[in-house]
Amino acid sequence: MGIGTSVLLKLNAEKVLKMLDVEATVDAADVASVRKVSFDAQIILTTPDLVDQLQGLPAEIIPIEHVFDLEELSTKLSKALL
Amino acid sequence: MTLLASSFGPDSMAIVDSLGDRTEAIEISGQLLERSGRVKPEYVSSMIAAVEKFGPYIVIAPGIALAHGKPEDGVIQTGLSLLVIREPLVFGHEQNDPVSLVVGLAAKDHDSHIELMGELAEFLGDQSKVNSLLQVTDLSQLRDLLS
Repeated sequence: MGIGTSVLLKLNAEKVLKMLDVEATVDAADVASVRKVSFDAQIILTTPDLVDQLQGLPAEIIPIEHVFDLEELSTKLSKALL
Repeated sequence: MTLLASSFGPDSMAIVDSLGDRTEAIEISGQLLERSGRVKPEYVSSMIAAVEKFGPYIVIAPGIALAHGKPEDGVIQTGLSLLVIREPLVFGHEQNDPVSLVVGLAAKDHDSHIELMGELAEFLGDQSKVNSLLQVTDLSQLRDLLS
């Protein structure tokens, strides 16, 4: 459902999860569709200014400042998952 | 030619000295997509509306904004545009301001551009390549760096 930022985040999250040896399904969604598709999500990665739009969802919300920074993704995902 | 290089149509890149505000930057990035045949004029308004609605989330990394609308808002063909702003411009993002690079994205649907986005992530994730982009003096150098 997502096009831009969410797709970049998905691709980099998949890369990092593989390095961390975590098996996961990662989907991209835009703000309009996230409520429909995230009901079974454990974690939602997003950008800091969209956090408020995701309030009330059952998943753990993790804001990512720098979408291309694999280290930031790795640190935050490790903390949440390992 | 890489997918990344071929996604930039003719006249899809520009280098400008300074701009008034982020709306102007997004408008130019959309016009670059339009004049290279990737989108209809209404797509440009959709790009601007997205930022007005959801805020400066499009600044996805320090100095880099990714501007786009939705596939149904007038995309003719999947493609990219690139705008280099010499005098970095404030978009209102807490961490990643100011912005020097605006990448315009047109995606024909939700899936077919995934491979292209992978190449874009590789490229923009490489700080030395981003630094080179910021130092170009003309458009042919810009195109060379992306091919």
